[in-house]
Amino acid sequence: MNDIILVNISIITLLLPLFGFGLIIIFSKRFPKLYMAGIGLLIINFFLSVVLLYAKLSNYISQDINFQFTWIDFGNVPVFGNVHIDLGIKIDNITVIMLFVVNLISMLVHIYSLEYMKGDKRFNRYYAYLGIFTFSMIGIVIANNLLMIYIFWELVGLSSYLLIGFWYEKKSAADASKKAFITNRVGDLGMFIGILIVFTTYHTFTFDSIFEQISNGVLPFDSNAWLTATGILIFMGAVGKSAQFPLHVWLPDAMEGPTPVSALIHSATMVAAGVYLSLRIFAMLTADAMLVIAVVGGFTSFLAATIAITQNDIKRVLAYSTVSQLGYMVMAVGVGAFQYAFFHLITHAFFKSNLFLGSGSVIHAMHHEQDMREMGGLRKKMPITYAAFIVSSLAISGIPLTSGFLSKDGLLAGSLAFAHLTGHWLLPTFGFLVALMTAFYMFRLVIMTFHGEPRNKEKYDHAHESPFVMVLPLIVLTTLSLFFWYTPNPVAPEQGWFLSEWVHTPESVVPQETRFDFMKTETEGVTESAVAFSEEYEHAMHWAHIPTLVLSLLLGGLGILFAFLIYHWRKIDPDELAEKLKPAYLFSLNKWYVDEFYEATFISGTLKLSYLLSLFDKYVVDGIVNGTAYVTRVISTISGIFDKYIIDGFVNFTAFLSGLLGLGFRRLQSGRIQTYLVLVIFSLIILLLFFEPF
Amino acid sequence: METIGLNHFLVVSAILFSLGIYSVVTRKNAIMVLMGIELILNSANINFVAFSKYGNYGLGGQVTALFVIILAAAEAAIALAIVLNLYKTFTHINIDEIDELNS
Repeated sequence: MNDIILVNISIITLLLPLFGFGLIIIFSKRFPKLYMAGIGLLIINFFLSVVLLYAKLSNYISQDINFQFTWIDFGNVPVFGNVHIDLGIKIDNITVIMLFVVNLISMLVHIYSLEYMKGDKRFNRYYAYLGIFTFSMIGIVIANNLLMIYIFWELVGLSSYLLIGFWYEKKSAADASKKAFITNRVGDLGMFIGILIVFTTYHTFTFDSIFEQISNGVLPFDSNAWLTATGILIFMGAVGKSAQFPLHVWLPDAMEGPTPVSALIHSATMVAAGVYLSLRIFAMLTADAMLVIAVVGGFTSFLAATIAITQNDIKRVLAYSTVSQLGYMVMAVGVGAFQYAFFHLITHAFFKSNLFLGSGSVIHAMHHEQDMREMGGLRKKMPITYAAFIVSSLAISGIPLTSGFLSKDGLLAGSLAFAHLTGHWLLPTFGFLVALMTAFYMFRLVIMTFHGEPRNKEKYDHAHESPFVMVLPLIVLTTLSLFFWYTPNPVAPEQGWFLSEWVHTPESVVPQETRFDFMKTETEGVTESAVAFSEEYEHAMHWAHIPTLVLSLLLGGLGILFAFLIYHWRKIDPDELAEKLKPAYLFSLNKWYVDEFYEATFISGTLKLSYLLSLFDKYVVDGIVNGTAYVTRVISTISGIFDKYIIDGFVNFTAFLSGLLGLGFRRLQSGRIQTYLVLVIFSLIILLLFFEPF
Repeated sequence: METIGLNHFLVVSAILFSLGIYSVVTRKNAIMVLMGIELILNSANINFVAFSKYGNYGLGGQVTALFVIILAAAEAAIALAIVLNLYKTFTHINIDEIDELNS
């Protein structure tokens, strides 16, 4: 198999969903069943991505495929020299895995929505939007340069906006879509600046040539600090897209969109784009940048987990848990656990979309009730959904035999090793606390939804297991949440093919003095890319392995136990507990007042500023305009008066004079021949008297 | 008693001319106006003949007088035809009321 075939397949997978989008948008009026074409295209796309995955991992496992062409050639530009912009595709192992995940989940969501969105009046449009989302996500995944990533990044933002606001008749949905878009824009601004810095320094957007130039010692503005800043600025894009603190506020609100959309976009793929970007630029991150990233991620995961504990809306709990898990991944990137960050990205995509689709199934059964306090006892009515939920919850809580255990354990070990090597013990502390809280709130959700007595009898009676097309994705995703896809040994992820063969930590290219000690290469030029970083790091990881395993198991179990104690066996009354810890409870319930803070500062600040500007506009700008108009009016009034009385006066006077003369002369023209005759005679006499011709 | 000379003729002619003018200017009836014109023409004839008799100009004046008489006859014929047409159109021949061109 030729590698150009892989490139072609990847381009086809990119363009098929776009084709579906165009098809549905243009022809859906004439063919109301056209959404089936969208589903069909996605199924083809999925098979193509499977082919790609298989071909890449069997034939080109240690070789990256690059395909590049010049898009725009500016020729010789003053100051910059030769500038040309290349677009291209890079297919490495994480690309094909990510493509597989995106296409799989997108396909499952397409199928799932067939039932969930049934009867919606914009059904075709919904599929069109899903298509353009898939297109843009694939674009991010296969891009080999920052420019293409940025283009598709914005497209993802757009499709997310369209899908969150899909039910735009609801004000909350319309607001949420705006919020998501604007919040993302803040992050994108930083990313844009970062990309511009990169371009002005390296005259290229392509990752490989950027990395090559960095390793050759070319730095932005010749300073390490600027390299750090560039990394952080580009990471800001990830902060927006992956909902990291302080831009995490949009994601929970994005739950206003249809639930399958939440599953596809706001848990599995789009929000993963931020982490994916951080992984792409991993090689150019300096120690300081990584530390910033790790702290942002760790704090985000802690913040979101504390909020998730008290939320009552089933989707909101999942939303905050998504933020929390994304924080984990970002933290893993920051602590240098590249493999585990990506691993967690994949496993999280599966079990979180499973949880969302499961919650969609519950919401569907409960006739669009999302409040967990109205649920309960659904276990008997919806056994398959329940099973899917249980497996996914175990996965997210990090219980062995699940995929989540493997990745989460790994990244916690990574953070612990990092702390051991550099002394930043706060990060693993956050990590382990989050593990405890995750297990607690997930099982709180499961118990409140599926166990106990039904709290709303009427809705409970109407509840039923979802139809086949909704259950099928749950089954597929549930099996994917188990360990055996990734490794043969359920407690040792590093022995599996996923980590040992498929995903490798890229070599850092930043100058030696800006790296963490453990990332420094001992001897110049001798590096084993299969081994992450240095031997020192390997030792630390090995040291961290057992304590992490024990601790995370203990904490996960403890969390589940607490959840059962409080919500199932009711040994502790949750209301009483909430009353006792009232300040903390309220703080968490109100999401740390972050929204209120933004409302009070940025939003009202912006509003006040725009009010001031509107005053300026109203009084100064409009004043100038109106003043000019007034002056013009006065001048024209004067010239009008001049016109009216002087010019018109002349004209009228002339006319009046002519009239008067005419009035006199017309008496002469009486038409009476005798009068004329008299005049002739008298004139003759006068002439004769005057001139005396004789 | 003085013999009749040129001056006598001229005076008669002048009186006749004046009467003719008076008639043309004052009469409303078109026929009367025509008659006034005849008087003027005849006064001119008297002048022609008188100058022919007393002047040193040959017989040209008398011949011209004959031409004028013929001319006057023709003029009367045409003018009377016009007057008849006027009468047909307006049922009267008062020339001061015939001012169609005036307005």
